[in-house]
Amino acid sequence: MTTCTPADTTTAEEQTRLSAVRLLAGNPVTVVSAIVLAVLVVVAITAQWIAPFGVNDIDVPNALRPPGGEHWFGTDELGRDIFSRVLVAIQASLRVAVVSVAFAVVVGVTIGLIASYRGGWLDTVVMRVVDVMFAFPVLLLALAVVAILGPGVTTTILAIGSVYTPIFARVARASTLSVRVEPFVQVSRTMGTGHLYMLGRHILPNIAGPLIVQTSLSLAFAILSEAALSFLGLGIQPPQPSLGRMIFDSQGFVTLAWWMAVFPGAAIVVTVLAFNLLGDGLRDVLDPKQRTMIEARRRSG
Amino acid sequence: MTRLGRSPVLVTNPVVRFLARRLLYSIVVLIGVLVVVFALVHVVPGDPVRIALGTRYTPQAYDALRSASGMDRPLIEQFFGYMGSALTGDLGVSFRNGDPVTVTLLERLPATVSLAFVGIVIALLIALPAGIWSALHEGRASDAIVRVTSQFGVSIPDFWMGILLIALFASTLHWLPTSGYRPLFDDPAGWLRHVILPGLTVGLVAAAIMTRYIRSAVLEVAAMGYVRTARSKGLPPRVVTMRHTVRNAAIPVLTITGIQLATILGGVIVVEVVFAWPGLGRLVYNAVAARDYPVIQGAVLLIAALFLLINLIVDALYAVVDPRIRLS
Repeated sequence: MTTCTPADTTTAEEQTRLSAVRLLAGNPVTVVSAIVLAVLVVVAITAQWIAPFGVNDIDVPNALRPPGGEHWFGTDELGRDIFSRVLVAIQASLRVAVVSVAFAVVVGVTIGLIASYRGGWLDTVVMRVVDVMFAFPVLLLALAVVAILGPGVTTTILAIGSVYTPIFARVARASTLSVRVEPFVQVSRTMGTGHLYMLGRHILPNIAGPLIVQTSLSLAFAILSEAALSFLGLGIQPPQPSLGRMIFDSQGFVTLAWWMAVFPGAAIVVTVLAFNLLGDGLRDVLDPKQRTMIEARRRSG
Repeated sequence: MTRLGRSPVLVTNPVVRFLARRLLYSIVVLIGVLVVVFALVHVVPGDPVRIALGTRYTPQAYDALRSASGMDRPLIEQFFGYMGSALTGDLGVSFRNGDPVTVTLLERLPATVSLAFVGIVIALLIALPAGIWSALHEGRASDAIVRVTSQFGVSIPDFWMGILLIALFASTLHWLPTSGYRPLFDDPAGWLRHVILPGLTVGLVAAAIMTRYIRSAVLEVAAMGYVRTARSKGLPPRVVTMRHTVRNAAIPVLTITGIQLATILGGVIVVEVVFAWPGLGRLVYNAVAARDYPVIQGAVLLIAALFLLINLIVDALYAVVDPRIRLS
């Protein structure tokens, strides 16, 4: 009689997942960037409670105070606490980035999946539309959307979301095309599996890797785009603080009060860098070609 | 398959066939771009003419602007009218000051092109040596330094870098002007002094992106069989690097340079605003603030067309540089 050991019950899929986690955990850069992002998310969620001052508390006698004492990041020209404003601005920035990229993922992946799964004229038309969207530089397209709908948070989300939608459509399409010809999909099709089940159970889980990588990198670019739009006065509107606008406001005081420009900028760099590094780490693990290379290198090393 | 004329020599020439296919593709995309640009004004919630007039609104001004911009005509007529005019170089008149959009765009173009050119030269001067060095020293400390630095560069907002550069080189050291522009042909020395800081801002960000691409392009080529063969037959490392590795990595490098140049042309909006650089970017920014739709449409169309043109030129160079395309 055979006994069933835990190793026997572990499926190939679980083993792949386990080794992916092990590879991720083995890369210190990825681990550090994930921790930094986790801290940033906690800060963003609790910003209102942990901020030592109100974001619009004006205190003119204490204007342009350098960092130190009770104002860790100093104060601006109206005496507002920059540390508190940066915390709340990170929250706004992350919210815009997450919502706009979520919009792009849902719409883009749906379009890409359906186009490549159905193929034919639908695929051709959709992909030509995507090509047209790619001919517009990101910020220019976002500016055009703002010009149509007027400045504001909702417009910023729509602008960034619509700019990144074609990217996700293209990634989803390319990955679906390679998965569609796999034997397990063909077999499943001959067994009469329904389209929705096929897309949800067989295609989507197998194209998740590149999509997760693209999501991380897009979040980085979405934060940069939001900062640029807010810098131009077209994104998040005052009195709500935004990192981009804080940098814009610092321009007149750059020699008098370096901290007004440095801290909001550093907050952007840290957030974007963490998303970029996490994206790179994820790509190394989730992209099969890269992964084989890393594993081979580790074995030979 | 695309057929270009009846000459059998032309039709069978793979380069011509390749370029004809790319040209046709660019034209299709350009028509799509025209449709999007036309639609821009028509998806504005409310009446764009009324919005553009703002506080200057009077019934007379409204009627005059509406008829001057052709917005009183049926939609389909407006569409074909716009397509026809755009293809002949007429992009309408500004809602704000009545100037022809094409003339305004052409006035602004040299400033943006000169900034983009300086930016891409700075980017190549940094990215080429850094990317090649990093790839040839893969896994060593110098590779790690280049990778970390370029990752930082990709994550820095260009406007922030611009402000920091102004703070250091203009406001503190007084070496260079904080902002402004001099035309290249009127005052070359003045142009150079004014272009350095915005050029550096654009160039450093582009360099960070390009270094990563160049590094991976060289690494990919270095893993090829013919490089191993060249090394195993005893060629000096310098010859293998220059003749076999770097030369073959030129094609992806060419592509990324083209893409970056196109990206800079359309993406310098914020840098132009920071440095008060009177190019296309600042024009778009001011037009968005003033809801000057014809100017926005014209600038978006011009930048998208430039993007397609640069891609087409890169494709043509591809065919010249890469024998695989020439001979396939």
